[in-house]
Amino acid sequence: MTTMLKLVTCIKQVPMVSELPWDPRTGRLKRNLAGGMINPACRHALEAALILKNTHGAEITVITMGADIAEEVLREALAMGADRGILVSDPKMAGADTLATSLVLSKAIKKACADFDLILCGCHTSDSETAQVGPQMIEELDIPGVTYADQLDLNGRLLSLQRLSDNFIETLEMELPGLVTITTQKQAPRYVPLAGLQDAFSQTDIDRLSLADLDLDSELAGAKGSPTKILKVYSPTATKDNTVLKGSARKIAQQLFDQFDDKIGGAIGKDIKNYQERP
Amino acid sequence: MKDSRNEIWVFGDYRNYFQNRVTLQLLSRATELAKDLKASVCAVVFGHDVDEWVNEYIAHGADRVLVIDHPDLKCYKIETYVNLMIRLLGEQRPEVLLVGATNFGRDFAPRVAKRLKTGLSADCIDLNINEEGLLVQTAPSFGGNILAQIITPKYKPQMATVRPGTFQEIPHDYERTGEIIRIPMPTDLPRERVNLIRSERSPQRIQRIEDAKVVICGGRGMGSKKKFKKLTELGKLMNAEIGATRPVVYANWIEPEALIGQAGKHIQPKVLFAFGISGAIQHTAAINNAEFIIAINKNPNAPMMAMADIAIVADANQVCLAMIKELKIRIRG
Repeated sequence: MTTMLKLVTCIKQVPMVSELPWDPRTGRLKRNLAGGMINPACRHALEAALILKNTHGAEITVITMGADIAEEVLREALAMGADRGILVSDPKMAGADTLATSLVLSKAIKKACADFDLILCGCHTSDSETAQVGPQMIEELDIPGVTYADQLDLNGRLLSLQRLSDNFIETLEMELPGLVTITTQKQAPRYVPLAGLQDAFSQTDIDRLSLADLDLDSELAGAKGSPTKILKVYSPTATKDNTVLKGSARKIAQQLFDQFDDKIGGAIGKDIKNYQERP
Repeated sequence: MKDSRNEIWVFGDYRNYFQNRVTLQLLSRATELAKDLKASVCAVVFGHDVDEWVNEYIAHGADRVLVIDHPDLKCYKIETYVNLMIRLLGEQRPEVLLVGATNFGRDFAPRVAKRLKTGLSADCIDLNINEEGLLVQTAPSFGGNILAQIITPKYKPQMATVRPGTFQEIPHDYERTGEIIRIPMPTDLPRERVNLIRSERSPQRIQRIEDAKVVICGGRGMGSKKKFKKLTELGKLMNAEIGATRPVVYANWIEPEALIGQAGKHIQPKVLFAFGISGAIQHTAAINNAEFIIAINKNPNAPMMAMADIAIVADANQVCLAMIKELKIRIRG
């Protein structure tokens, strides 16, 4: 007898603009989509969970840590086919680096879905791009884990994974329970069905967990629980005394190769000096 | 204060040429940092038959190399490597551990940091030592539009990952000597729970954009997929590799491997052409080591233009076509 597979997908709400969802026809950002969205790699992780649900039958719990507004991405995930959404939210969790985040998410999973079989995370987020939370959760939970997986196949309790790692195509195997981080290379995530979206926003409840619910010392969460400290943030500015070329494209190309024939010719390993008279 | 070893450690990520270089680049930077800290530089190598790399690391600046050489370490194994590193760090307590941001490094470093509950910053574009002797890690942050200087004041080692191509390696010196410490493989390691069933080298792309002398990068300003493809033709004429910004990769104008940026590849060409690229920090963080930049953009105020040695104010696609035409006339034979 087998029991229903229990999957957990961790997702993060990221700012839209960092992904630049632009209209290819107008070249403009789709600002009407406003605010936040599910981080692309997290969306792929959710898709991987949904495929497992279709083929093996599974219950999918989606967890996010964030402010109240992050509830949106949970509802979107529910509309895509997840079964349960959990918002882990507490002002004391703000300012967390990856160490504190991985601790809080791991504790939340232990609280909400202690008998999980597989945790799926995106391999990195589009806003901070550290790719650290997944591997740090593997450590916190002390389970087998694989990062940057493109594809997974489940046979009983044995999970087989494919990935490209530093120019090596690898096949790996591990026993469940475990954690896998998913790339954006394979399996385009499904669209969110409109009807499902309405239901997800109107009918489904989102569970909430605060720091107190996690039995976690507040010293270990948020900025307090983060060993890294930010000294300062700044906008880099780089301005060079540069040569400006303007005019018709043809003139520009000629000028460029005339004035910088040594520089460019040297780098490309070809003689591009102009030996011809031109009208 | 705990007694810690005044050393900067660099993880020896030698698995292929690519990783080999990032380790050498880190050794180079570590050598600079070591001067400020009055510390020494130590490379740590796990593997089997790795003497070649051990000698290479000494030639590139390591004062000491810790080696665990054993048949079981023939392939990279994540849990085993983490366990070995944790033991060495626990015994020797270096000040700093630097890891290349390869796929393996990005898995390995966070786990090591987590185990020790120390800080780790990702994809640093600069590393320095401040007046308190702390490692200042400059990393793109908050969506990459700004840079953050990060420190790990209370925990050791202070850890950072760095993308290949961020620092320049120092030329090798095979006369250089260093101490090689061979450490026996522990016999009491936990069993690896993730098994590598098969591993083969990917046949893709032999010429690597990270090493290319000339790189042509295209952005959204190229206008369309069809127009973007013209860069390939220009690239052939100039023996250049083609790179792209994130919007272009997301629009599927080119394969994701072409991504030049914080989350992609870092390049250091002699000449870089930036066609229709506005210059978001996610992208420019990866091209800081380009020697000579030629930017083509309709907008003279685009940040990319300010970084350029030659700023061409024009339609990127038109200039691409004109350059193709002009080069065909000039390149004879």
